[in-house]
Amino acid sequence: MITIIDYKMGNIGSVVNMIKKIGYESLVTSDVQKILSAQKIILPGVGHFDKAMRNLHELNLIGVLNQKAIIEKVPILGICLGMQLLSEVSEEGNSNGLGWIKGEVRRFAFDENSKKLKIPHMGWNTINPIKDSPLLENLNNNSRFYFVHSYHFICQNPEDILCTTEYGYTFVSAISHNNIMGVQFHPEKSHKFGMTLLKNFIEKF
Amino acid sequence: MLKTRVIPCLLLNGTGLVKTQQFKNPKYIGDPINAVKIFNEKEVDELIFLDISVTKSKKEPNFDFIKKIASEAFMPFAYGGGITRLDQIEHLFNIGVDKVILNTIAFENPSLISEAARVYGSQSIVVAIDYKTNFLGKIEVFVSCGTKNTKLKPVEYAKKMQELGAGEIFLNSIDREGMFKGYDINTIKQVTNIINIPVIASGGARSLNDFKLAITEGGASAVAAGSFFVLHGVHRAVLITYPGYNELEKLLKTE
Repeated sequence: MITIIDYKMGNIGSVVNMIKKIGYESLVTSDVQKILSAQKIILPGVGHFDKAMRNLHELNLIGVLNQKAIIEKVPILGICLGMQLLSEVSEEGNSNGLGWIKGEVRRFAFDENSKKLKIPHMGWNTINPIKDSPLLENLNNNSRFYFVHSYHFICQNPEDILCTTEYGYTFVSAISHNNIMGVQFHPEKSHKFGMTLLKNFIEKF
Repeated sequence: MLKTRVIPCLLLNGTGLVKTQQFKNPKYIGDPINAVKIFNEKEVDELIFLDISVTKSKKEPNFDFIKKIASEAFMPFAYGGGITRLDQIEHLFNIGVDKVILNTIAFENPSLISEAARVYGSQSIVVAIDYKTNFLGKIEVFVSCGTKNTKLKPVEYAKKMQELGAGEIFLNSIDREGMFKGYDINTIKQVTNIINIPVIASGGARSLNDFKLAITEGGASAVAAGSFFVLHGVHRAVLITYPGYNELEKLLKTE
């Protein structure tokens, strides 16, 4: 059973659909008691950083998420904004992030040569795996994923970088630190590549 | 490197898939869910579904049916047709739709675009612009499935939609829709020259080279096509196709 945190930040339906497609069950919830018994957590999210943190606070979820991620070390995967929330701060707002992975989130800023690039970075792009992780098993630099984002993660510790992607420059497209993982792209919208990644998360952690 | 998106645009008429020509004569071409399954296997970049039956009849989007389609769509999935309110947009996102496409309502109640963009982010709000040439040779934006003339020019209209908070423009030539004449590169170019948000070119695609022209000449960020992906040959036989990834990559390689 995969617990998907519902904190009113965007499209959860497609995450549920893909998990079902690869043969597992999920529970979409914002109930603290239910999250307390979670064995594997997905933190999805689309939207504004501050709004997301405010919703997590208002739903009283920060404590239980800290308990699961830091103390119990339950595998947890942040998707898109859910990955950015793992950081300490974001240029998008004033709120502190969850602070589980050292680093900050910044808006794409291009130099003169890449000025014509549009923000958000929207569409299909490939990844360059940086370190070995079961999360990226059977994936390589030909694997492509669907991205929609204007901000990206900057890791303080290079060893937390799982893979990178090129858009104007090289940015961090997935991170991991022990049981905590985040992907900037949308595996739930990325065909067999996304299925492979979610299957890895479910089966190999 | 970011890939240029190539997007099948499929028309729903109730629960059946149809294909029109210049917005007329809907020809039944099959079951939408089956089509999505085929497009999954072909690993398409994105899918657009437009329900042409709901706007004129003022019906709600067919949420149960859209949910069925979305549950099979493992690629970005955009829906348009009959959307008039914010709560409908929320409902669509909850059942697995990634982007909503606003057309008639963008003209009738433009503030909905701003509201929706503020709540869900511009990236999920697409405004569709259908336009056709009048008897003087001028192009004008039409709403209500091409039946109501707004008398507005696509370029000005697109600019206004960008200012309101639209994240993308789906630019569709009614004259060329289903006609296999190639895209209207001139208008695409005019619009992409003026606005900064991505433009999805639509209407008339007949070949891979048309995709290329819409991007290199027209400046489109993505290309959509209907007939090209669902019909084949002079007799317009139903055949669902999509070019292979390597073929597209070679064709659309951006520098």
